[in-house]
Amino acid sequence: MQAKKAASKPPSLRRPIFDWSNIVLHFLLPLAGVLAALLIGAVMLIILRADPVAAYAAMVNGAVGSVSGITQSLVKATPLLLVGLGICIAFRANVINIGGEGQIILGAIVATWFPLTFSAWPGWLLIPVTLILGFLAGAAWGFVPGILKARLRVNEILSTIMMNSIAQQFMYLLIRGPLMDPAGIAAGTFLAQSARIPEQATLPRLIPQTLLHAGAILALALAVLVYFFLWRTTIGYRIRAVGLNPDASRYAGINVPFYQALSMTLAGGFAGLAGAIEIMGVQHRLLDGITSGYGFTGIVAALLGSLHPLGLIPASILFGGLLVGANEMQRAVQVPSSLINAILGLIVLFVSGSALWSRRWEARRRLGVQSGEEKS
Amino acid sequence: MNDIASAGVLGGILISMIRLATPFLYAAVGETFAQTSGVVNLGVDGIMLLSAYGAFYVALNTGNLWLALLTAAAIGLLMGLLMSFISVTLKAEQGISGIGLYMFGLGMSSLLFKITIGTVKTIDGFQPVKIPLLGNIPGVGPILFTHSLPVYGAFLLVPIAWWVLDKTTLGLKIKSVGQNPAAADSLGINVDRIRYFSVCLGAVLAGLAGASLSTALVDLFQDNLTAGQGFIAVALVYFGGWNPWGVLGGALLFSVVNSIQLWMQVLGVKIPSDVAVMLPYLLTIAALTVTVNRVRQPAALNKPFERGES
Repeated sequence: MQAKKAASKPPSLRRPIFDWSNIVLHFLLPLAGVLAALLIGAVMLIILRADPVAAYAAMVNGAVGSVSGITQSLVKATPLLLVGLGICIAFRANVINIGGEGQIILGAIVATWFPLTFSAWPGWLLIPVTLILGFLAGAAWGFVPGILKARLRVNEILSTIMMNSIAQQFMYLLIRGPLMDPAGIAAGTFLAQSARIPEQATLPRLIPQTLLHAGAILALALAVLVYFFLWRTTIGYRIRAVGLNPDASRYAGINVPFYQALSMTLAGGFAGLAGAIEIMGVQHRLLDGITSGYGFTGIVAALLGSLHPLGLIPASILFGGLLVGANEMQRAVQVPSSLINAILGLIVLFVSGSALWSRRWEARRRLGVQSGEEKS
Repeated sequence: MNDIASAGVLGGILISMIRLATPFLYAAVGETFAQTSGVVNLGVDGIMLLSAYGAFYVALNTGNLWLALLTAAAIGLLMGLLMSFISVTLKAEQGISGIGLYMFGLGMSSLLFKITIGTVKTIDGFQPVKIPLLGNIPGVGPILFTHSLPVYGAFLLVPIAWWVLDKTTLGLKIKSVGQNPAAADSLGINVDRIRYFSVCLGAVLAGLAGASLSTALVDLFQDNLTAGQGFIAVALVYFGGWNPWGVLGGALLFSVVNSIQLWMQVLGVKIPSDVAVMLPYLLTIAALTVTVNRVRQPAALNKPFERGES
């Protein structure tokens, strides 16, 4: 139907180059959510007797005020982009992945264990194999709630949250036991962290003397790849079909449970890759707090990017900057960086609340298009 | 292993089971109201955290534990209003808005804790009250009838909630907007108002759940004090089949596993504590898997209501 209509009309009439309502829907409305949350953050700062102008100035300055700030923002944007890509895929199949934290941890565990065990391998082999294994570990952690949801209709939000806690405890078990740094044991400090992974397993730096590593490029490339996957492949089409209308998909012969489980598995894989890259590019060892809450912040970035792989790129850079800026704010004006977590929560509330307007807007636009077509 | 089976340890396990069940009961019975009306509030953990902080702050500075409970209830009410506004009036995807509320509560409680308290301190929380006569029954008395008031309150809540949901007009209205909001609407029931009420009642109880942790059970506050108990409470509602008695069964099952786990650590049974701490989470997944589809969930669960749709 749609295709016929499109074919009968010149494409330029159907799709204007500047689609204003699209810009409002997918760009201005989410941005308004961020601004509103930051405004409430300012009110909270005033109540806490801190100067909001100074706090936000420190935040902006920390995020983009220096080369080190900008590169750090990009370093933090990298895992957000990867986790967000997975959340986009799952969300397109109408599966909500709150399990990013646990999946990151699994990827990080494997990306620590493997290079430490096969430390003799050359870098050109070790790095890609470790990245793939990190992806697979996260995918396995996503597969469990995915298959439970698809086959037994177990609520995936609750199961992924439980999987997060299990992964967290599993990591504690490892860094206090089998993976504990032998140097720490020898020195008697018994720090709960692993040994450093071998030098050839670390990701190369893009700019010397900064933290920016090759993982950022990989994440960008994957964002484009996921875009093509979702909109230009049959599997991607089926994932989106399952999300839009599972009943219609079933009648069309699509194996709905399979694609639900697949989308959650892929989501886990991307988060696992984020964990592997965090080990190989930033921390170089496994330690508590390795996820930095990226599993949750990635959800916010995905929502703000309108669940679109390419929209995610600016969204994750924005949140990478906010996270770096929050640390600077804590240093400069002694406002705990937890403020940013509260603000992130508000952003989620506002963006999810604004969906009503975008739905109505979309409906009105469709009606408008239809009546317009009838006239012509 | 002999130690575990001894009478003293058994009593200890039962006492901590009853104590540990308290926050689960408040939060899960509250969530039962919200879900029966058709709204999944996933922000319970966030409400618990912020209320636990609020109650602790008030108790630390005024020493008035009842004022602390009132503060927690007020924080719960405000967060419930926010959740209902986003989920009922603005008809947001409930899974997402709930996670937003959780992140807000987690971040906000941590922020306020760091600014206003700073380090982990303890307070003199609610003390055990021995119920006259019943408390003197040998064996049973010390286990069942020597607890603090918030613990008794949690267990009293179960029959009250059952009575309200099953035997009153209000309960019938809550069920009807959760089963078939369009039909309820056509009968003149204000769907949105009933859902606001149910979500807010649930949130107030979640607030008391948080307060029971920080002022009656552990008597302290720290970052992420609840460690996901609010999410387990949401799972308990599914497990309990949207029935307060089922929720009670689930809460007791969870708490007994938790309390055995704690006692095993106390007694030095050789299992790594990390593995033991995983148990409740594993149990939650298992419980969700076993109980899914056993009881029909409210038909309109997770579905915003809009007049003229469907």
